[in-house]
Amino acid sequence: MSYVDDSASHPDYDSPDYRSTSLRHPNNKLHLLPQRLTEITGPLFGAERVRPGDDDLTQWDGGEAIGQRIIVHGRVVDSDGRAVPDTLLEIWQANASGRYRHANDQWAGPLDPHFAGLGRCATDRDGNYRFTTIQPGAYPWKNHRNAWRPAHIHFSVFGRAFPQRLVTQMYFPGDPLFFQDPIYNSVPEHARERMISSYDHNATQDHWALGFRFDIVLRGRAQTPFESEPDDD
Amino acid sequence: MTELPATTPSQTVGPFLSIALPWQDGPDLIAAGITISGVLTDGAGAPVPDGLIELWQADPDGRYAHPDDPRGAATFAGFRSFGRCATDARGAFRFHTLKPGRVDDEQAPHIDVTVFARGLLKHLVTRLYFPDEPEANAADPVQRSLDEDERERLIARADGPGLRFDIRLQGDGETPFFTV
Repeated sequence: MSYVDDSASHPDYDSPDYRSTSLRHPNNKLHLLPQRLTEITGPLFGAERVRPGDDDLTQWDGGEAIGQRIIVHGRVVDSDGRAVPDTLLEIWQANASGRYRHANDQWAGPLDPHFAGLGRCATDRDGNYRFTTIQPGAYPWKNHRNAWRPAHIHFSVFGRAFPQRLVTQMYFPGDPLFFQDPIYNSVPEHARERMISSYDHNATQDHWALGFRFDIVLRGRAQTPFESEPDDD
Repeated sequence: MTELPATTPSQTVGPFLSIALPWQDGPDLIAAGITISGVLTDGAGAPVPDGLIELWQADPDGRYAHPDDPRGAATFAGFRSFGRCATDARGAFRFHTLKPGRVDDEQAPHIDVTVFARGLLKHLVTRLYFPDEPEANAADPVQRSLDEDERERLIARADGPGLRFDIRLQGDGETPFFTV
């Protein structure tokens, strides 16, 4: 058993338009690490790492965050189409004004005393997850002149084996800032839209919150669908 | 045949990963054990203060608490096979763990080490090996696929009672990285 090569989905380490890659990408070619026992296993973190309320970012320090309340939900599957059950998702994001609660964030957007910007949840047995949060704002950075990051939410996902580990960013549909963002555009063009959530009116709750759907696909096992084992769940 | 979904692209953790990713118990695979410390540096030799290191390793019996270990999932009292530590302002990280046992007859004891950072659009993977295993290291199939200079950079150094494993992202002494 091994996990499929999905390198065509991912950015190059050396992406000159994103200046921070210049001193942080390896110069040498990566070696092949065959998938042996250490690589076909992996940490199995799930609901035991989540406390009640961790999936709701809108309530913090005794009050309610300012901004457009949104529901972000979706399904974690592998590229064989199998659900990835009970896996830990960790998210972090800027607040409604585009400001992170971090000492090094110098952007003048105001901090929100009731928004910390981090959340956790685990997928259910069918791979579904759901967060309630605030629509993050765009914010400027120093990569190039008049550079602005499109609004995004950072996602960290474990999956069920070492090759499934993924850190990505979820974007919002129709963002006018994509064209000038070197992080979004570091991904091969054919794969970029997989990082964009879709507006989901079925998830929108009347007089409460707008819904967005973001499905996450992790590496599947290298075998033809005809040889697929039944779902573990 | 229905069309199968394509994988979600990787993106950088960015500069503010410490909002969410460090765990209080992250660096401790066990409460008291050997120390593995190191510094993450960039191509100019400067420390990387906005990085995150993760470890994945077998327990001292060479087993994993995972159903795909063909010998069956096993647990070792008080031990977790995963560790996570953010780098500090000096680029330093520090774990407490136990030396992994051999997982098979071919490979030397090893730890898979994953690196995340601002400026890394996808995480990097390397391997840590142990300096007190010269025979097993010499026979290890992964080490044998590298040249001598690269092999040496995968072997942690004795550092007092613990081990030291520095990670250089680029340039002189660049750590060998792997695609998995």
